[in-house]
Amino acid sequence: MRTDAVVLGIAFGYLALLFVIAAWGDRRAEQGRSVIGSPTIYALSIAVYCTAWTFYGSVGRAAEGGPSFLLIYLGPTLAMLASPFIIRKMVRIARAQRITSIADFLSARYGKSVGLGALVALIALIGITPYIALQLKAITLSHAVLMNYPDVPELRMAEENFWADKSFWVALVLAVFIILFGTRHLDASERHEGMVAAIAFESLIKLIAFLSVGVFTVFVLFRGPGELLATAQQSNDLTRLLSLEAVPGGAVGWVGTLAMAFLAFLTLPRQFQILVVENVDEHHLKRASWLFPLYLLAINLFVIPVALAGLLIGDAGSDPDSFVLTLPLSAGLEGLPLLVFIGGLSAATSMVIVETIAMSTMVSNQLIMPLLLRSRRFHPGSRKDLSGWLLGIRRIAIILILLLGYLYHALVGDAYSLVTIGLVSFAAAAQFAPALLFGLYWRGATRLGAIIGLIAGFLVWCHTLLIPGFAQSGWLDDGFLATGLFGWEWLRPYALFGLEGWDIYSHSLLWSLLANAGSLIVISLFTRQTRLEQTQAALFTEALHSSLVYRSLWQGQTTHGELRTLLGRYLGTSATRRVLAVSANDHDDDQPVAPETIARAEQALSGALGSASARVLIHSVVRGEALDLEAVLSILDTTSQTLEYNRRLEQKSQELARIGEELRSANERLRELDRLKDEFVAMVSHELRTPLTSIRAFAEILRDSPDLPNDKREHFLDVVVWESQRLSRLIEEILDLARLESGRLTLNPQPLDLVTLTRQSVDAVQQVQQDRGVTLTVDLQVDTAPVIGDPDRLEQVIINLLDNAAKFADEQTPHVRLALARHKDRFRLSVEDNGNGVDPADRERVFEKFHQLQPQRTGHGQSRGRPRGSGLGLPISRGIVAHLGGRLWIEEAATLGGACLVMELPERSA
Amino acid sequence: MARILVVDDEPNIVLSLEFLMQQAGFDVMTAMDGESAMASIADTAPDLMLLDISLPGMSGFDVLERLRASPHHSRLPIIMLTAHGREVEREKGLALGADDYVTKPFSTQGLIDKVLALLEGETR
Repeated sequence: MRTDAVVLGIAFGYLALLFVIAAWGDRRAEQGRSVIGSPTIYALSIAVYCTAWTFYGSVGRAAEGGPSFLLIYLGPTLAMLASPFIIRKMVRIARAQRITSIADFLSARYGKSVGLGALVALIALIGITPYIALQLKAITLSHAVLMNYPDVPELRMAEENFWADKSFWVALVLAVFIILFGTRHLDASERHEGMVAAIAFESLIKLIAFLSVGVFTVFVLFRGPGELLATAQQSNDLTRLLSLEAVPGGAVGWVGTLAMAFLAFLTLPRQFQILVVENVDEHHLKRASWLFPLYLLAINLFVIPVALAGLLIGDAGSDPDSFVLTLPLSAGLEGLPLLVFIGGLSAATSMVIVETIAMSTMVSNQLIMPLLLRSRRFHPGSRKDLSGWLLGIRRIAIILILLLGYLYHALVGDAYSLVTIGLVSFAAAAQFAPALLFGLYWRGATRLGAIIGLIAGFLVWCHTLLIPGFAQSGWLDDGFLATGLFGWEWLRPYALFGLEGWDIYSHSLLWSLLANAGSLIVISLFTRQTRLEQTQAALFTEALHSSLVYRSLWQGQTTHGELRTLLGRYLGTSATRRVLAVSANDHDDDQPVAPETIARAEQALSGALGSASARVLIHSVVRGEALDLEAVLSILDTTSQTLEYNRRLEQKSQELARIGEELRSANERLRELDRLKDEFVAMVSHELRTPLTSIRAFAEILRDSPDLPNDKREHFLDVVVWESQRLSRLIEEILDLARLESGRLTLNPQPLDLVTLTRQSVDAVQQVQQDRGVTLTVDLQVDTAPVIGDPDRLEQVIINLLDNAAKFADEQTPHVRLALARHKDRFRLSVEDNGNGVDPADRERVFEKFHQLQPQRTGHGQSRGRPRGSGLGLPISRGIVAHLGGRLWIEEAATLGGACLVMELPERSA
Repeated sequence: MARILVVDDEPNIVLSLEFLMQQAGFDVMTAMDGESAMASIADTAPDLMLLDISLPGMSGFDVLERLRASPHHSRLPIIMLTAHGREVEREKGLALGADDYVTKPFSTQGLIDKVLALLEGETR
């Protein structure tokens, strides 16, 4: 089953499948039905972070360093959690400036610097090559293990006959593959949708493969994690391995590795490519910020169990980097090892594909193009079509990069384990972090600072990691490792300045970043930025704060003909037509071009060549300068002023709305008051008309009937007199009420005895009540009740209460009871009746003006024909009592069961 | 002899109306609220009614509405009496089917004329 033909067939089949997926993704993109418009695809593609190093190397590192391998994944987890602040900003800038790579990004930030872009590309090339080598090594090694197990594989080195080395062929096949679907378009800032789709697919495959091995190990080789751990605990070595102290370098190693993974995640060319350049929608970051860490968790779940199992089962062989393969092989399985091989292949190829595409863009745009632009043949003045050249350069770059990786693998590869090579690359990529992060948040960082910082950091990295690596693989005399450079002990690569006892990576990272960031800061403080640098620095640092869409604005002039020729040479005719579409056909070649069109042309060139070269080219045809910082900032200012103005306008309109609302409710209240006033006037007129009606009617009767009998005449005259009195009383009450309400009621407060006053009032009404058959009980529980009050008004109140009670007492046996008692420092005069009482809900309404309770009724619904009250008595009484500092309210009668009106006045203090 | 029902909750107004109508030669009945007015109509079948609007309980409007809805009394001549001077009241009364409308305080002769006119129109 595991014949060469089968394995190779499966491997090529897998690559072909990838190609189909990529082609499909590209075709969908062309049709406008993108397959990568999903945050899940985005998150999966970010998992290109998990390379063969993860797939094979994690187990290797766990077998040697315990849980420390996790740090490599905690770093990116932190970076994803911080993505709203860092990655989102990078995405937004890259979108606005058509950024094509990390080198282009840094170059653009520091004034579209050609030199800085080239430096970054160079460092990336040197730093990342080992990493690509590592993938080639992993593919070859896993293939060898698969074919030769249980023999320990011997890797044939390429020194004599490289055609016999499978790694070489792997590199070549991959190069062809990458050229086929990585350089279909010239515009490097245009997304490689097919590639991203294929990478996301590969992420799924490697996850499935690794989980399969994990499940097989834990649940088939052992009966669940319990047994595995129990077995492991019987070995002291393994127990120690699981503890946190096993991390190389101890606590420093923890922090160092974590920081390195965090920084490298942001700056590794392939991560930048996927995270930033290939990002379709910055909102995808939201889901990716938890989905990607979840992916990392899943793929790391079985690392420790597989490592333990590999160490426990002797058959698995001695190389922990191969445990993933040898464990299922040792169990005699056929299918699972193949799946694992494919998983490893997917992990390795995905990395190589993205990394090579990113690197080839950098090499062509940042290294080769600037050089070519200086040569006569490529001079901007020349009229040859160069767009074909550009793609050619990129394709050659791909082949060269892969061959470089192969060379490193062939020459140095064996000195380090997988993890070691990976960490060397991480440390190199981390050198971009100071320039990147300071560039994003500190407007003062200058180009010179960034360049010197990068060089310093890179040199320290070479000295502390790269060169010792060469030395250890026997290419250099490794004596200086122990004695230090030039025999100076303080320059020993693994113990710089006498710093010993750290793991080599944390050690290297500390010194290189210190040199890097230190130089950046110090030199930035002492150098001045050019105008373009200032502009770019402002645009980068303010990227999240302004809504301004970046446009480099040219003040200079050029003609359509010149611009079209320029674009045509670098982009080809069809792309040129697209860029100039709006204006190309309707204009004469000698006509000047609008500034927006120049800006569009520069953007298009940036997407293909990088911002620095684009600037040089545009500059070659446009006479005049791009707008400088002041101009751009003034545009920024105008924008923010407009925003501020809008904000104020918003505030004002909200305020207006609020005031409008207040006015409306005030108006509502006024309307209500007006309605109440109208009602009051209507009620008053109604009340006045009633006695007036009787008076007029009887007056006319008396006038028109001279022969009226005497008794009738007298009766009618009595009615007229009575109704006239009623009318006067009513007018008096209305005036009282008006005075009460306007606060102009004049009272004559004086010390008086409420007992005496009550007796007087009872005397005044007793006769009338007796005549009506009302039983009046008086219960004075105090001898004196000193209060302050207006005697006439208070008498009016008490009489009103008694009248009121009589009116609402039971019809057959009307009974009214008056009581006066002390209640704390107050006197309470209560008047009860034995009527139906007042419903609690209506008790307050009794005190409303003109409120008239229905008088008592008999069973036959016949009213007794008592004179009605005006409905003003109680409101007036309450007003008077309130003016005297007391209260008047209605409650249920305690003894008689009907209503009880209670007047309470404070005792006069002696 | 035409029979007139006087409905008002003010005793003195009832007294004056009763005297006036008797003097004009009518047979007069009185009621002081809506319910007893309805009972009186059922018992005595008056030829005309003087009806106050603000009555305790069932209002004059209620009485009017109920009478107009009943088959026996839908054509009973009714003069509304009211102390409300507002136009809306008058319109409401007429809309509900009152035959005439008198605002308090009223002219005695004017009221008698209206009663006579209504009764005459009825007999014609």
